[in-house]
Amino acid sequence: MKSLEELRALKAKVKNDMTLRDGADDTRVVVGMATCGIAAGARPVMNTFVEEVSKRNIKNVQVTMTGCMGLCRLEPIVEIIDKDGNKVTYVKMNAEKAARVVAEHLVNGHVVNEFTIGAVAQ
Amino acid sequence: MLRDISLHIHDLAENSISAGATLLKISLEAAGGILTLRIDDDGKGMSPEMLSRVEDPFTTSRTERKVGMGIPFFKLACEQTGGDFKIESELGRGTSLRGSFVIDNIDRLPLGDMGETVGMLIYECPEMHYIVTFRANGSEFVLDTDEVKEQLDGAPINDFEIVQWIKEYINEGVSNIFGGVLDEIT
Repeated sequence: MKSLEELRALKAKVKNDMTLRDGADDTRVVVGMATCGIAAGARPVMNTFVEEVSKRNIKNVQVTMTGCMGLCRLEPIVEIIDKDGNKVTYVKMNAEKAARVVAEHLVNGHVVNEFTIGAVAQ
Repeated sequence: MLRDISLHIHDLAENSISAGATLLKISLEAAGGILTLRIDDDGKGMSPEMLSRVEDPFTTSRTERKVGMGIPFFKLACEQTGGDFKIESELGRGTSLRGSFVIDNIDRLPLGDMGETVGMLIYECPEMHYIVTFRANGSEFVLDTDEVKEQLDGAPINDFEIVQWIKEYINEGVSNIFGGVLDEIT
């Protein structure tokens, strides 16, 4: 049986990882998490982003959530917004696609064109 | 449709977050063959007029679209098992909803991954005070994020490793309380 005391050990580790940043230059990953997004499988997508960003130790990315973007048929939808406000919208996402977006877009800076709204919603 | 109860809870909790709640209580209790979910928040609440329309799928507070399926879906998920659904709300005080499921009914959704639901909610709104309670057969499990934060002493609760730990803790609680009570949980 786990106990809350175990958190004290984890805390030390987490605090060491924390760096002082204001987050203003971060790239934002925004996952749609309304009824439509959740029903279409937004949770595993969100999880993959959080997990990959943590595993790869990517520091300048914030993963956040939002409500319905009004395009329910294309959910799960993920927007990636860079520090200058440029936005890429990925649609009909799943966990595998999310892992590719992390590797290609967030790490290497190449938009995965085939998953974008322009390529999918023809 | 949402595939399990944990997804419904996640979806309903989104409403509390949107309503500006600072306290969100999620309670699941099995007794007498009935599983009862309660969600209570201290958000901005609804007017009697909004409350009277909230079970109608063509009601939503959003402006992007004209339908809101979350509450109607949940009500249907309860009622299709022979259970019932009730929502109460007061402007400025918050909203409480209760849904019950007949556990052995063939249409009762499985509980799903409660650890995942709570983990997601912590990522989404780490400032919220969450109290998650499971009860069955005289046993109780409680996760209170204020107690977690006390242990963390300033370390962020929405850190990946902390959330992973909380997910496992919650799912252990689910097994301990609902194992053998809900037949999908061992």
